[in-house]
Amino acid sequence: MDKVITMAHGSGGKDTDLLIKDIFTRYFDNDTLNQMEDSAVVNGNSKIAMTTDSFVVTPTIFPGGDIGRLCICGTVNDLLMRGAIPKYITCGFILQEGLEIDSLKYIVKSMAETAKEAGVSIVAGDTKVVEGKGELYINTAGVGFINDDRIISSKGCQKGDSVIVSGNLGDHHSCILSQRMSITNDIKSDCAPLCDMVNNLLSGGIKVHALRDVTRGGLATVLKELAISSNVSVWIDEENIPVLESVKGFSGLLGLDPLYMGNEGKLVAVVDKSDEEKALEIIKKSDYGRNAKIVGHIEENEPGKVLLKTEIGGIRNLDVLMGEGLPRIC
Amino acid sequence: MIDIKKYVDYLRQYDGPCMNICEVCGSHTAAIAKNGIKSILSPKISLISGPGCPVCVTPSSYIDRLIDLSLKEGYTIVTFGDLMKVPGSKASISSSKWQGVKSVMVYSPLDVISLAVNNPEEKYVFAAIGFETTTPVYALLLQQLISQNICNVKLLTALKTMPPAIEKMCKSGSPIHGFIAPGHVSVITGSNIYQPISSKYNIPFGVAGFTGEDLIIAIYGIVKARGMGKVMNFYPRVVTEKGNIKAQEMMAKYFEICDACWRGLGNIPVSGLKLKEQYSFYDAGSYGLDEDIKINKMCSCDKVLTGFFKPKDCTLFGKACTPENPQGACMVSEEGSCHTAYVNGENI
Repeated sequence: MDKVITMAHGSGGKDTDLLIKDIFTRYFDNDTLNQMEDSAVVNGNSKIAMTTDSFVVTPTIFPGGDIGRLCICGTVNDLLMRGAIPKYITCGFILQEGLEIDSLKYIVKSMAETAKEAGVSIVAGDTKVVEGKGELYINTAGVGFINDDRIISSKGCQKGDSVIVSGNLGDHHSCILSQRMSITNDIKSDCAPLCDMVNNLLSGGIKVHALRDVTRGGLATVLKELAISSNVSVWIDEENIPVLESVKGFSGLLGLDPLYMGNEGKLVAVVDKSDEEKALEIIKKSDYGRNAKIVGHIEENEPGKVLLKTEIGGIRNLDVLMGEGLPRIC
Repeated sequence: MIDIKKYVDYLRQYDGPCMNICEVCGSHTAAIAKNGIKSILSPKISLISGPGCPVCVTPSSYIDRLIDLSLKEGYTIVTFGDLMKVPGSKASISSSKWQGVKSVMVYSPLDVISLAVNNPEEKYVFAAIGFETTTPVYALLLQQLISQNICNVKLLTALKTMPPAIEKMCKSGSPIHGFIAPGHVSVITGSNIYQPISSKYNIPFGVAGFTGEDLIIAIYGIVKARGMGKVMNFYPRVVTEKGNIKAQEMMAKYFEICDACWRGLGNIPVSGLKLKEQYSFYDAGSYGLDEDIKINKMCSCDKVLTGFFKPKDCTLFGKACTPENPQGACMVSEEGSCHTAYVNGENI
């Protein structure tokens, strides 16, 4: 087999077939996919959650993960946030000419391992090859089953509820930026599927009123969206926001704010006040939830606002992220 | 251990004469917002953001020249992150990418060395903007370019010095009763640099660090020193009276004083630094970049930057002028006074 992707791999002919057999079906291996039909036929459920996402990160392989693991985690976590159990994933690969076959193998293998960890099957896929500089993009679709009567929604926050963040903020953003700017540090991406965390919360009988994964735009943006959707205000304490010291240092240097930095394995859970300690314990015991903290609570007054009590005793009114979150000059 | 609560309570309950305090530096503007300092202060103490955000005060003609250098002469622009979105007279570097503008974002000016060495066939122009804080690093860059005989890197300079801009504000009769002096700049220049202006206009200066506590203590000190020509150093862990002499010598070796155009403020005599004649080979054409075209005639950045207007006093603020669609300098950078006011809900 060639060492890099060529236009022939996208021809639909023999080279495409080789690519699929050598890489995709080899790693994704499951009965549905192996049938190699035009579409996958799968078992259903009375209520399903569906989502789609595209992944264009550079670099494609980074400390703590890669675009393959990222695309499974992102899709699975979106399904989980509505209380669904992730079941099926499809993926479309846009490969640029010149992409190293070994890199593709690494990424596809990582996808397969993450899918196994998250309990989902990759049941359909597509590959296209375009001219370019040897990079790749992945688009996914995900289907999850909702077996519960309740539907979790961002509209569900209620007065008095507690707000829990499942761990340290800003790791993924700092990791990717460090890689792009060739800054050496030990910060790793937090990219992870949050299946057991959400399943344990739901099966543990916690009164979960809202769930969101804290991705692009960071915690501040996500909380602002919750405040607007639920018509409430969210009050959080700066001293309780979990951030790694190395991320604090990195973001401080670049003028970035961990409250606005992206994560790929963190959620915010809004739960009934009476369940806050139990919910925190469940999250802390889950994979990827060790550093969870109760960061604030929900109020009825000043609906639509997110208000941060700063360590010095001031109040900061947080809005959604504006612009791209680029590092500043000094 | 300092009992910060004592200072916080004093500033919360302050009922003396009104105090307008200008934080000159953009990093202070951001730190003030981040720590919610304004929500602590008595209504009799107002904070005004000054012209100390290097990205904000870079004129439109400078951005135009950078874009031209890339489009017409094939240079790759090397820059810090937030300069990418500053509008020129027509477009920003970011929004010109589709036309073929090549740009690389770096963390340190010295990163351009490895770029240049690894890609000898490419030409690079470093967007050298900044105050006394950043200039010594450009001097270091030049030293290395010369010693390593690297010829495919040039600098487009728009370097500025802080004291002349502060003095311009004092001269213009701005309603300012005290300055929070820039912490990073003072590391290089030393705190003594503000003494002549402080004495001349009887305005107290407090050099401050960037934590919430640093700022509270500096504001307290400035309020207490109202009407006094006194420079106070509240950041002694890194700032001395005389500053970093070695960095000052490096700057003096490669750069000399010139007049400079500040976006929103116009031309301020002896407020800039340019490459000395003998290093003109490394200059990508920094001379004469004096034009600063307002995108919107109603823009009040000049009044905001000199303390006559608060962001919300500008008719464009939060309406025609937002972070997504900035009309003027102060809304551009994340450290700009209007940008900070907007994202922290001060438009309400």
